[in-house]
Amino acid sequence: MSGVAAEIAFDRATKRYPGRAEPAVRELTLTVPAGEICCLVGPSGAGKTTAMKMVNRLIDITEGDITIGGTSVRSLDVTGLRRGIGYVIQQVGLFPHMSVADNVATVPRLLGWPKARIAARVDELLDLVELPAADYRARFPAQLSGGERQRVGLARALAADPPVMLMDEPFGALDPITRARLQHELLRIQHELHKTIVFVTHDIDEAILLGDRIAILREGGVLAQYDTPAALLAHPADEFVARFLGADRGLKLLALRRLDELALGPLDGAVGPTAVSTTTLKDALSQMITAGARSLVVTDGAGEPQGVVTLEALTDSEA
Amino acid sequence: MTVPLGEQLVAQGGPVIPDFGEGSDCVVDNRLFCPDWVRDNWSSVLQPALVEHIELTLIAVAVGFVLSLAAALLTHRYRHLERTFGSFSAVVYTVPSLALFQLLVPVTGLTVTTVEVALVGYTLLILYRNILEGLRSVPPDVLEAARGMGLTRRQTLWRIELPLAVPATMAGLRIAVVSTIALATVAALVVPKGLGYPIFLALREAFNTEILVAGALAVALALVADALLVVAERALTPWARARRVT
Repeated sequence: MSGVAAEIAFDRATKRYPGRAEPAVRELTLTVPAGEICCLVGPSGAGKTTAMKMVNRLIDITEGDITIGGTSVRSLDVTGLRRGIGYVIQQVGLFPHMSVADNVATVPRLLGWPKARIAARVDELLDLVELPAADYRARFPAQLSGGERQRVGLARALAADPPVMLMDEPFGALDPITRARLQHELLRIQHELHKTIVFVTHDIDEAILLGDRIAILREGGVLAQYDTPAALLAHPADEFVARFLGADRGLKLLALRRLDELALGPLDGAVGPTAVSTTTLKDALSQMITAGARSLVVTDGAGEPQGVVTLEALTDSEA
Repeated sequence: MTVPLGEQLVAQGGPVIPDFGEGSDCVVDNRLFCPDWVRDNWSSVLQPALVEHIELTLIAVAVGFVLSLAAALLTHRYRHLERTFGSFSAVVYTVPSLALFQLLVPVTGLTVTTVEVALVGYTLLILYRNILEGLRSVPPDVLEAARGMGLTRRQTLWRIELPLAVPATMAGLRIAVVSTIALATVAALVVPKGLGYPIFLALREAFNTEILVAGALAVALALVADALLVVAERALTPWARARRVT
């Protein structure tokens, strides 16, 4: 179970705790296609972390099943299962007495890789998370900033090249600038590696940014809706989902698309404020409002006008 | 002169007549410190006593450490044992050393065993508490990460929990070693061994030089042992002093 990404399928997965009437997760059924990021979001008590931890059996499934690449997680040896799944948590949990290199080498060592292969892999991973190996290899966790620690945590989870990654609010404890940087790093890395990732967050904006699909859970561990960010924003299934997405979900939807995805109107010698075609629809709208204009001239990267986008085109874009 | 002091003290009747035997004026006059006496008696009295003292201490701390480690590991696994081990070691610790010797002599006699049982007993509370504290000091997120990455319970213990318990354990060892060195002087009540023996003999005769030198040796031994443990701790835990370079 390494290398190639694998599909994760929840099949009526349920978690009940003894002595509690209501389950923490109720008959969760959803499929995360291989190589995609699935964000689990929802309010506290919606069971998102519980659902994630059932995948690597840190929490045992009460009823139903979860399969990875078609194999039930219940049929696998639990330590073998966990070594085949990358695991990243908010507090990182680096081993304080081990150097960065030894932390990253944890799972390869458990798997009995030869020394030379481990050393090469550690350097490769540190480069991947943009911590120059020569500079960081020998450091201890106490010598790292919060962002650097989570980069090491990510490298450690990726060490044995697991097909599946579980990430529990990994950027939740970071300052906004570091968080944004790491979110984009994750997308860059995912673009290279194509892991199947279950990503727990309570931040809907993070989910929209990172998720290929988003599962919104409500109290009691019930799946409210599972869809792509654009579909969720355009067609929330009910009041709960709409509220969770926020009153500005229209703007969030506009932020997902860029001007070059729209059919532009003819130039016809139009003049006025300009925007490059890679601008998001949300930013284009913002620009119209601040400029008091009802249309923008869209230009290509070289500044050459391509066409016109109107306010109506924006408001109609998702209808 | 190898009769245990305890017996001597019991056997003795009337007033003690000081007898400093042959020696320099300094010794005969019983001045505060006579270097010539130290020179003359180093290899016959002081050095053997020092070596015996080190032996008594090493055995006591080593046995105490093994017992405490075992008890702490069991407690770490089975929490309910804490009351038993904790109370036992605390009760032993509260018994005055003289009383403890008195209690043990009928069982183990006037032997080194009696001394070691007592000395070991006094190390248990400190070592057990410190090792257990060390094992429990591992942050929960570290344990969760270990579990999530597929470390077994045993691997977590050996690779994570025990190494992280080293600072607390070493702190306990330092206290245990220094207090055992101090306490081992009382062993001379039971067996004529260690730095306590020359001190007791000298006390009876109020011989200043011997009291002073043997006492100073015990203090020096404690300081040296403590320093060695500090060095060992630093070598074992390079990570504990690692701080962020800004």
